[in-house]
Amino acid sequence: MKGFAELVRILGTATKTNDKLNALVEYFTQADDRDKVWVIAIFSGRRPKRTVSSSLLIEWCLEQTGLPSWLFEESYHTVGDLGETLSLLIPEGNEGGVAYPLHYYLEGLISLQKSTDEQRKTFVVNSWKEMSRNEMFVFNKLITGNFRIGVSQKMIVNALARVVGNDASVIAHRISGNWDPLTFPFSELTGRQSGLVDHSKPYPFYLAYALEENLNALGEPADWFAEWKWDGIRGQIIRRDQQLFVWSRGEELMTDKFPEYQPLGNFLPEGTVLDGEIICLSSERTEGIGFFPLPFATLQTRIGRKNVTRKQLTEAPVGFIAYDLLELHGEDFREQPQRVRRENLERIVENIHSPVLKLSPLIPFTDWDELGLTRLRSRELGSEGLMLKKKQSVYQTGRKRGDWWKWKIDPLVIDAVMVYAQKGHGRRSNLYTDYTFAVRKGDQLVTFTKAYSGLTDVEFNEVDYFVKHNSLEKFGPVRTVKPELVFEIAFEGIAESKRHKSGVALRFPRINRWRKDKKPDQINTLDDLQVMLKLYGK
Amino acid sequence: MSLLTFTDKGIYCRQGDFYIDPWKPVDRAVITHAHSDHARPGNASYLCHHFTEPLLKLRLGDVSVQSVEWGEPVFINNLRISLHPAGHIIGSSQIRVEYEGEVWVASGDYKTEDDGISGQMEIVPCDVFITESTFGLPVYKWKAQQELFFDIQNWIGKNREEGKNSVLIAYSLGKAQRLLKGIGEIASNIYVHGAIWNVQDTLMKAGFNLPLVKKVFPEMTKDLFNSDIILAPPSAQNSPWMNRFLPYSAGVCSGWMQVRGNVRRRNADAGFAMSDHADWNGLLSVIRASSAKKVFVTHGFQSAFSRYLNESGIESAEVKTEYGDETEPESENKLSAGENAGS
Repeated sequence: MKGFAELVRILGTATKTNDKLNALVEYFTQADDRDKVWVIAIFSGRRPKRTVSSSLLIEWCLEQTGLPSWLFEESYHTVGDLGETLSLLIPEGNEGGVAYPLHYYLEGLISLQKSTDEQRKTFVVNSWKEMSRNEMFVFNKLITGNFRIGVSQKMIVNALARVVGNDASVIAHRISGNWDPLTFPFSELTGRQSGLVDHSKPYPFYLAYALEENLNALGEPADWFAEWKWDGIRGQIIRRDQQLFVWSRGEELMTDKFPEYQPLGNFLPEGTVLDGEIICLSSERTEGIGFFPLPFATLQTRIGRKNVTRKQLTEAPVGFIAYDLLELHGEDFREQPQRVRRENLERIVENIHSPVLKLSPLIPFTDWDELGLTRLRSRELGSEGLMLKKKQSVYQTGRKRGDWWKWKIDPLVIDAVMVYAQKGHGRRSNLYTDYTFAVRKGDQLVTFTKAYSGLTDVEFNEVDYFVKHNSLEKFGPVRTVKPELVFEIAFEGIAESKRHKSGVALRFPRINRWRKDKKPDQINTLDDLQVMLKLYGK
Repeated sequence: MSLLTFTDKGIYCRQGDFYIDPWKPVDRAVITHAHSDHARPGNASYLCHHFTEPLLKLRLGDVSVQSVEWGEPVFINNLRISLHPAGHIIGSSQIRVEYEGEVWVASGDYKTEDDGISGQMEIVPCDVFITESTFGLPVYKWKAQQELFFDIQNWIGKNREEGKNSVLIAYSLGKAQRLLKGIGEIASNIYVHGAIWNVQDTLMKAGFNLPLVKKVFPEMTKDLFNSDIILAPPSAQNSPWMNRFLPYSAGVCSGWMQVRGNVRRRNADAGFAMSDHADWNGLLSVIRASSAKKVFVTHGFQSAFSRYLNESGIESAEVKTEYGDETEPESENKLSAGENAGS
């Protein structure tokens, strides 16, 4: 645990990628094999299921410290992280206590799944008593689950590749898929030979960067495919060993969430992997495209639920818009040019003729200007812009420049005034960075969205200063502020919502810029939002 | 009638007609310490400790100052005023005010640990105590100074191994002198920013014995620095002034570094939770030892701290002042106008 806590400390403070990589390499060179498997699991989103709730942790902390619960709350709002708050409040353990390895604690936590609260308490409180502040922080984060310390899976893969002397792409493929850190050996995860076959294993996704330069720099239009960009969840549908698997880009196995895809298991050829968009489709269809997608908000009603209800299946039916073919007849197809993969994909989709499997249509164009005009139609088709793919390109691993580009449409924007502020988390703890915005309705203000990002650190400091000096009321962590600061809020989509006072929910809202040139009486109105809802909310 | 009242100009004593650390210009100001949020310009006369006088003149120019020794009484209208060590920075004092047997203490900023240069804070028994609350939450618990010095020395050692300069970011008045003492043991060559140099120079001329340092001049270039130690104020961090030290590692020394988010926000390579303010336990121990019947809580986490005192059976109220409040832990915005309270 000491070694891992030290690794987390270094990764948390290192500001340079190379320093982080070196710390990981050093850790993977020295650590116990079982610990290493767990570290890979944790950083690739395979954290063990949570067995101890936050409220229990807080209860035990109050018992250990004798503090009143409101003071815990105050501390938590200032620190901005539960695991860290606990580690700052609970007395540090004895120096030179028992030093158990990381896997001891993780396996201990897993074993609590069916335990009583009393048994849970014994394990956790005794563990606290053996830990330094740093270790306690890491331990608490392992319990509460949200470990975000600025290390990408790609960096883990690169570090492992360096330590075991294997190809990064091979390791990336090995660690994706369905494996259990409790039983899976390190050598299988990284070694040159792998004895175990995992049929569900997806390929690492190839991701596009946003278009940075003039289209003309891309060269001949004839060398490129253009497709619409859909706003769903990126996914892979895999058929191997007579079974169907559905993976999301977050490397989560989601097969059970989308029963609509099950019939594809009977039609897709054995050994097929499709790359595409998991998305809700309406019963309407657009001429020339063949389907019409529902807003992302509809899809959201399907994810995060354990069981899919019949109502959901009728109200939010999913389809799969396929745009790439990564494996055919069990053969890795990624080195084939885009053009060839596309031809094969088209044949498969057309043969199956399934109502849930759609082909992402190609957009015909002869020059870049023409394509630019077509792009302006994106929103009316329910798309968020264009994808450009080089016909000769292979399917790469991770986010790479050059062969694929996304060219999104400009966001919708609205001017609003800030009315509430709350302290942020992580690097923004103790700083008011989470804001709620309102538009006008007559002489009233109606809140319609929150936004957390889009300002520079300097601007955040400025707004923070304003909040602290212009608070009207305090409700727990939230401060009501004088409605004075006007911001332009950008968002990708708008949908009707019964849960919000304003009647609308926005997709990916963020602060576009601070309108210091505008006064609160110049902001948009609720009517303006309603008009947007009518235009783009379907 | 209270002995001290809180007005829009500062803490006022009617009986003696003076203000303690006023934030608007007044005739008579009694100053706890020389940080810019407590010692402001524009007052007709200043009363402070001997050690504060040169620092006050450095920051405010040639102002009219009367200085006293700790414990040396000054009488105005049958009112007795005396200054007592607060342990915050060099010269920092608590102001004890006594009239007809009633005693009030305005403590300014204070810390309980003896840092070796600011004097050991004195417990002054009183009826009413005015306390700061900069770190008035239980998450703030400091390591002992010696342990922090050890951490800093290790960090410097690691930077040297990697061929990097070590830039320590610390307030020029208070923290910088404290650090010098800690790293003076392991290095003979220490460079300092001009702002720190000015304080150092003033203190040396006033007779303080501090480790010798070298001032960084604008014409000094990269090749001059090699695995060296540099002390700089927060305003210098992330400024082009730092480029001459490349490659370097920056370590911020501030109580706010107790929380990880602040370390990341400050873009520091390392954070050392070293503060010149009392931590949670320090605040509580001082208040309990003062045996005050009533406690006024100023700048910091005043509402939470005051509520906790009330629930612990110590009558308390929060007071709004213009001392370095919670709003700018790093006082980045005000730095151009002079540094704020050391934290």
